[in-house]
Amino acid sequence: MSNQRFLGLSRRQVIRGLLATTAFGVTAKLGTGCSRSASEGASGADGSDSITLGFIYVGPKDDYGYNQAHAEGAAGIAAKYNWLTIVEEANVPETTSVEESMRSMIDLDGAVAVFPTSFGYFDPHILKLAEEYPEVQFFHCGGLYQDGVHPKNVGSYYGYIDEAQYVSGIVAAMTSKTGKLGFIAAKPIPQVLRNINSFTLGARSVKPETTTQVIFTGNWAEPVKEAEAANSMADQGIDVLTCHVDSPKVVMETAERRGIFSTGYHANQAELAAKGYLTGAEWDWTTVYSKYAEDIRAGKTLTDGSIPHVVRGGIKEGFCKLSDYGPAVSAEAKQAADAALAQFQDGSLVIYKGEVKDNTGKVVVTSAEELKQQDPKLEQMNYLVEGVIGSVS
Amino acid sequence: MVTHVWRRKLESACLPIAAVLASLVLFGIFCAVVGANPFEVYGSIWKAAFGRWTSFQNTLIRAAPLMLSALCTALPARLGLVIIGNEGALVVGGIGAVALGLGISTAPPLVVQIGMAIAAMVAGGLWIGAVGALRHYRAVNETISSLLLNYIAIALLNHLVGGPMRDPSSLNKPATYPIAAVNMLQSIPGTRVHWGLVYGLVACVIAYFLIQRTTFGFAARTAGGNIRAARIAGLPVGKLTVAICFLAGSCAGLAGMVEVAAVHGTANESLNAGYGYGGILVAFIARHNPLAAALVSVLVGGILASGGILQRTHGLPDATVLVFQGLVFLVVLYSESLYGKLPFFREKPAAMVAPPAPPPSPGQEPVVVS
Repeated sequence: MSNQRFLGLSRRQVIRGLLATTAFGVTAKLGTGCSRSASEGASGADGSDSITLGFIYVGPKDDYGYNQAHAEGAAGIAAKYNWLTIVEEANVPETTSVEESMRSMIDLDGAVAVFPTSFGYFDPHILKLAEEYPEVQFFHCGGLYQDGVHPKNVGSYYGYIDEAQYVSGIVAAMTSKTGKLGFIAAKPIPQVLRNINSFTLGARSVKPETTTQVIFTGNWAEPVKEAEAANSMADQGIDVLTCHVDSPKVVMETAERRGIFSTGYHANQAELAAKGYLTGAEWDWTTVYSKYAEDIRAGKTLTDGSIPHVVRGGIKEGFCKLSDYGPAVSAEAKQAADAALAQFQDGSLVIYKGEVKDNTGKVVVTSAEELKQQDPKLEQMNYLVEGVIGSVS
Repeated sequence: MVTHVWRRKLESACLPIAAVLASLVLFGIFCAVVGANPFEVYGSIWKAAFGRWTSFQNTLIRAAPLMLSALCTALPARLGLVIIGNEGALVVGGIGAVALGLGISTAPPLVVQIGMAIAAMVAGGLWIGAVGALRHYRAVNETISSLLLNYIAIALLNHLVGGPMRDPSSLNKPATYPIAAVNMLQSIPGTRVHWGLVYGLVACVIAYFLIQRTTFGFAARTAGGNIRAARIAGLPVGKLTVAICFLAGSCAGLAGMVEVAAVHGTANESLNAGYGYGGILVAFIARHNPLAAALVSVLVGGILASGGILQRTHGLPDATVLVFQGLVFLVVLYSESLYGKLPFFREKPAAMVAPPAPPPSPGQEPVVVS
């Protein structure tokens, strides 16, 4: 028998240690196994007056952007209703992962409705799960629901945040000294183009000579390109920056460092740019989620039509709001912005009202036309309005 | 010499298992620091990843693309090349599959599916084959070139999906035209796991036999062990390099085809979801053994599957699962340095003269000059 030692221990000691660890592991597993079934029993017992909702985000919950806005909405309803439990998963990619996340929320946590918030979750993932779980309701942010094509238990919600961008544009134009604004955007897709155009139309409604330079980074999260774009815009004499990317953090911080102004997007970024943050177009998902939570509790469903399949709203409906004005905003700018806000509140302001030309001189909205926010033409926007420097292709 | 063999086998089984256990302990400490009860966390991981058939299917679904993508690193590693272009090969494989699937969409489904698989394998194969050719004929570092090719592949995908191949009705998430539903890969009957899992298992078994049981594999291992000796022995090192790289790329390409034909139905930016990088991790933990890669994929798939429950039940941050994965990777890499160092696994000295432990390189077999 050799006296070789394993990390300074005799073989007997090693074997004894391994056995003890295994035994401990087995009992620990048994312990949690029991507690699991106990907790399941508990949630089943009071399941009648408590409901569970699942929320899934594509990025981190503290990204100062799209995902944070949704997470704040979810946290908002969790604090508001004591009969509500929320379960959340962040950083879930748009692959089979999201299907498995939804499945776990439904099967293991007993979620009666799920809110997968990223646009790319819809097709095929939500559609597939919705067919598999007809009794669960699936609410998707972004809006692609087609009646008769998609399962009845799928709903869609989204907000006309370009109204808030319009007001941001007013504040930006009134604050800018050079009359040059900058917009850093992810991709030339309709949702993004609409924000750029509304921002510019808002700016030009108070100062008609204002221009907006746009740079497309090509993807939703490109921090390096966003910083480069922000710096090059600052070099060109642009003095107000805004953006439509998943996380506006980098753009806001770069603007602050360069000593220029910024207006935010998705969530409130005031703490990132204490001096230069003017205002921002923010989502207010708590409003939307509260309505859904109350409807679900009241026993309403998408399937029988008592919850509408497509829910839309703007400033008036409380789907979006403006960040509080920053220190650099003049009283005059506040007045102009508040006036526009009031008009959105009473529904008298229509952004896409003729005549609107694109930046190649083509008329895109004739003088006879008045495209209200619900107009499907706006969902297919493929132009940049006059005053925007840039191109969609 | 009999004891020698079983001790070495035991060593190569025990060390990775011990490494995984050690990383579990470290992860438990991490959880305790963050404020979660480590034993409850272990229980949850077990429950979410392996505990029941439904959750085990979750693990298998996540494991399927990892097996194929791991082979893209594991095969060239036997030749001494470190290739990390899995993501790029997967993406171009997906593009190839969609292009062909849309091109011959009227053919019978089986023909379309086989066609898509072949197109994806050729596309991925050429992608990594190019890395091998650059390595052999131009001495370009294969790690750097394959890494950079990932970015090019993703840019190519974004360009094609946003431009020439775009379906105009895909407004807010640019994608190609969808593959017809009849041409999609179905799930394995009785499960919700798609056929990609079977492709992965079969590919791992074939790769194992190719490397361990054929003269081609022997030649590749020889070249990997000592390239000069291989040249002297008259082995066509250049052809071997390109061929192995082609096979490696075609495995990752097939993973791209599975993502397109079983999951998404189109090619879009979701193809680039990190399966390639997961595959690198799997290949290293498996010590580039294709059979072990299949098992390790299931393990890593299980870790990924447990990511959700850690967030939902324990309120741990979403990056926790990445911390766990990173710990496993680090500890396993560290454990590589212990091969041949632990006295227990060393062969008993027959006489007083202890022979030095043989190097753990795979090309230790003597080169036979025919």
